[in-house]
Amino acid sequence: MDRFSVFSSRLVEKAEYFTSGHRACQGCAEALAVRLVMKALGRDTIVAMATGCMEIISSPLPTTAWKVPWIHVAFENSSAVVSGCEAGMKAMMRKGKLNQKKINFVAMGGDGSTADIGMGPLSGALERGHDMLYVCYDNEAYMNTGIQRSSATPFGASTTTSPAGKKSIGQQTQKKNLPQIAVAHDIPYVATACSSFPFDLMQKVKKASAISGPAYIHILSVCPTGWRIQPHDAIRYGRLAVDANVFPLYEVENGEYRLTYTPYKVLPVREYLKGQGRFRHLTDKEIELIQKNVENDYAKLLKKCGGQG
Amino acid sequence: MAKPMEQIKWQELEVGAIAVEVGNAREYETGTWRSERPVVNKDQCIKCGVCWIFCPDACIIQAAQGHFEADLTYCKGCGICARECPVGCISMVSEEEG
Repeated sequence: MDRFSVFSSRLVEKAEYFTSGHRACQGCAEALAVRLVMKALGRDTIVAMATGCMEIISSPLPTTAWKVPWIHVAFENSSAVVSGCEAGMKAMMRKGKLNQKKINFVAMGGDGSTADIGMGPLSGALERGHDMLYVCYDNEAYMNTGIQRSSATPFGASTTTSPAGKKSIGQQTQKKNLPQIAVAHDIPYVATACSSFPFDLMQKVKKASAISGPAYIHILSVCPTGWRIQPHDAIRYGRLAVDANVFPLYEVENGEYRLTYTPYKVLPVREYLKGQGRFRHLTDKEIELIQKNVENDYAKLLKKCGGQG
Repeated sequence: MAKPMEQIKWQELEVGAIAVEVGNAREYETGTWRSERPVVNKDQCIKCGVCWIFCPDACIIQAAQGHFEADLTYCKGCGICARECPVGCISMVSEEEG
């Protein structure tokens, strides 16, 4: 648990807006992330969700796991639809057809829909300055269709379209740094979070919904199926990713960086990589390379944070 | 839902494939997927709620005596609660052993 007492779970909102009975795999940390995000946002929320795991598992007709207005849209345009909702509701409130009320407009998508397919509409929505929140659930590949590589897949990961073998070490490019792309739009709030740190995640979502203007939250969601780990290890691997500085937790408020969690003891990247089936082909030399990249990236981030941490 | 899910015909669906009932995924019992179930040692439980916050299926409920236990109608048996429990009072028991 992160910087709170073990009992702080009892202070969290009890209502569920993402109910049981959804069909996610056993131990899906992405479903957990959705549940926590919805807990933080509350019932006055409109969600548009791009195609992906979370859309498939939550809404097989005629059932739905959602207790808030929810719309499924195509892979690329969740942010465009939510910006339309926001503009429409604003106009209705101005004309007096709706009561003045604070409504959270949320677009959600996986890493495929955010980093690859929906990049343009997301950029447009952030640039137009709608009062909305974009949440990206990053499980580092297209898990829904059977683990194909996306541009958010990390270096060295074996997927079905970047298989490891004699001539290949799996994914050969670095992970696309989406939070930095969002920061480049000069929006009021950008944060990274992980479902293994639930209070940190919920705090960031609450902050993002309170801020007027576009906000972007990038959530690392461990996928036991695609990462080839045991379902009960899903939370532990999220924690390992953060403790090994592979996925540092930070927030950027009006251009000011702040680390929200610094590991008590930084773990070697090997600890994070070794149990995962998608990295098991890596040799010592390649792990060394990944370690060096992680250290470089973290040093760059620390510099932006003003050397704190 | 008025009818069981498998008896609904496509003609009875709403225009535009709208789901009119909120949260009716609860009709689908994911507990049938399970091969192991979590068993809570009530005396050891410190009632902290860590299992509740980490459950991806939102199936942990607080019993009348204050301890937390899994709703076996929805529990998929992933074992996250047993792994994350700070006092280790949850153990996974195979369904076959009864």
